[in-house]
Amino acid sequence: MTAPNDRGVVWLGSPAFPEAAREALKDGQLRANLRRATATIRDKRLSVSAELDDWEQLRDAAAAIKQHTARHLDRYLVQLEESVTAAGGTVHWAADAAEANRIVTELVRATGGSDDETREVVKVKSMATQEIGLNEHLAEHGITAYETDLAELIVQLGDDRPSHILVPAIHKNRTEIRDLFAAEMGRHGIAAPEGLTDEPRALAEAARRHLRHKFLSAKVAVSGANFACADTGTVLVVESEGNGRMCLTLPETLITVMGIEKVIPSFADLEVFLQLLPRSSTGERMNPYTSAWSGTTEGDGPSAFHLVLLDNGRTDTLADPVGRQALGCIRCSACLNVCPVFERTGGHAYGSVYPGPIGAVLTPQLVGVDSDTKGAAASLPFASTLCGACYDACPVKINIPEVLTHLRAKVVEAEGGRTVEALAMKAAGKVLDSPRLLTAAQKAAALGGKVLARDGRIGRLPGPLHGWTDSRDTPAPPTESFRSWWRKNREGGTS
Amino acid sequence: MRIALFLTCFNDTMFPGTGRAVVEVLERLGHTVDFPQEQTCCGQLHFNTGYRPDAVPLVARFARTFADYDAVVTPSASCAGMVKENHPLLAADYAPAGLQREVAELMPRVHEFTEFLTDVLGVTEVGARFPHTVAYHPTCHSLRGLRLGERPYQLLRAVKDLELVEVPAADSCCGFGGTFAVKNADTSAAMLADKADTVRAAGAEVLCAADNSCLLHIGGGLSRQGSPVRTMHLAEILAATEGVAR
Ligand code: SF4
Repeated sequence: MTAPNDRGVVWLGSPAFPEAAREALKDGQLRANLRRATATIRDKRLSVSAELDDWEQLRDAAAAIKQHTARHLDRYLVQLEESVTAAGGTVHWAADAAEANRIVTELVRATGGSDDETREVVKVKSMATQEIGLNEHLAEHGITAYETDLAELIVQLGDDRPSHILVPAIHKNRTEIRDLFAAEMGRHGIAAPEGLTDEPRALAEAARRHLRHKFLSAKVAVSGANFACADTGTVLVVESEGNGRMCLTLPETLITVMGIEKVIPSFADLEVFLQLLPRSSTGERMNPYTSAWSGTTEGDGPSAFHLVLLDNGRTDTLADPVGRQALGCIRCSACLNVCPVFERTGGHAYGSVYPGPIGAVLTPQLVGVDSDTKGAAASLPFASTLCGACYDACPVKINIPEVLTHLRAKVVEAEGGRTVEALAMKAAGKVLDSPRLLTAAQKAAALGGKVLARDGRIGRLPGPLHGWTDSRDTPAPPTESFRSWWRKNREGGTS
Repeated sequence: MRIALFLTCFNDTMFPGTGRAVVEVLERLGHTVDFPQEQTCCGQLHFNTGYRPDAVPLVARFARTFADYDAVVTPSASCAGMVKENHPLLAADYAPAGLQREVAELMPRVHEFTEFLTDVLGVTEVGARFPHTVAYHPTCHSLRGLRLGERPYQLLRAVKDLELVEVPAADSCCGFGGTFAVKNADTSAAMLADKADTVRAAGAEVLCAADNSCLLHIGGGLSRQGSPVRTMHLAEILAATEGVAR
């Protein structure tokens, strides 16, 4: 198996972005859902971030902390290991998805309860475990992982894929969710009540009843982490529903899988991030549940705590001085909610657990642009107009457009100049570096335009430009370029 | 002040009227403008599509062509952004120290047209009359790249008999994005359709912007839909003197 498959970030068989987007765009309901959902959350985010007069300073501070941590990541990770160990936890290092999956599976088995108990784990919503395909791996080994986040539960029951970092079921509406609960819950535990309506309250109640006994019976919980403080060994999960809190406190064993970039130097740094994260993600001043734990505590919560530190392409990303800023991401999803491309296509088109602008810069770096998954991953840096809305929204000031153009250059370099596009670009470069050739090209364009235009406008054309001409008229190029007008009318007159 | 017009290859070829408008406005304000014929392109197409080395000769050409001017003015927010942000970056990665220095020295003298009027010349009233309903589209490079902010609005509000109307959700991208419009044609078209809807809802006769590239895209969509809304570069509105005795 090749490394990218071990890393498992890109779903196998994903088409490149333009094709995936074309399919998604046909779904009018999806677009309407997304437009409504993203617009609401955008407005909320803007109003709560405007309340803080030091918002920009907070962003600068967050960016500085993340940059500093990335530069000294080796040191902080070792410190984190020491703190967690001293507090009664156990730290494991996983180079890739395969290793992390193996570690978690062995840990679940080693909990040594009765067969039934070791065949079930409850899960807190986590990007890292999705990235490595943990649920699928556990299933192959006879262990069922139950997602307890409401939206993740919806995705899991529907055998679906998440389409948003924070709201994984953003692509589904209430009626679809009701039908899904009614049909599927019974097959996995407590069924939905008879006559379930699509009222949010009724849906939440059905989920609560379905999940409750799983919290009480599971011996093992698996979570991700939003932050881990190197100095105290404190690990944090930030969430809205309280289901995460149940998983983090009720079972006997807690296994946390965390990307190595989630470490921050000190507990005091949380002051910055816990102001930025809820405001940027859900548009709330404070999120309802922030769970923080340092190792284990006798008689309080899990008696065993395992922290799996996941690399999975992150050290490679760290080696790129421009691309590494993507590792500063705190997964708030603000960039998704402001992205005009995401708003139209939704998350599935990005073919990765990381959709939207952050996915477009993170996925290609984690899996590599010259890998087997090239078609999908290498198309992502081009899935943007470079409009910059993501950069403005990002609470840690990741310059996503800068990373996008940087990665485009890497994709082109990996192609080795062998494409038709590369030849065309070379030719264009020659013309554009010569006023004489440019003048000739302008004359040719004017002639060509005359041939193609009707009433001064060029309509639909076949061939490589049909993507442009299918939805737009183009004015015919004028018969005289500016430079030729200037030469005739002004040359010598002014300079 | 020795002012050079950097028109951009795209405007030079497709929108010569915008170049004449910039010259007209600056001359009306009492300045002399030069159009050095050695100028071509800023390299944005190559840079944004991933062909960085191919953009380097264009960086060198730009620095050489405009070295002797006090101000280089361009009616394109995205090309101004390309020059100011990415020429230094390309020079640092690919060019010898000499060119890096020339690029660095030239950068502060490169100005987007509206910014040049308001910040360098300190004028908002340029003696224009344009008795029409106009909407302004803040292109992404004007808005979030160069942060032109209020400048274009100030200039438009000073135009005689011009009625300025707002486009709903004006700050959202029109979906052009250079080669994005070709590589991701379907997504681009979906964004264009939404933008065209909001432009029509604004009820303007004319949509203007500080960049013809986005206008070519939006105008092309409007035209295909049979909408009568015209697109015009902001400079052409500032150059207009409809009904003013001269
Ligand atoms: S890149 Fe920035 S805005 Fe996007 S999810 Fe990460 S932290 Fe949030």
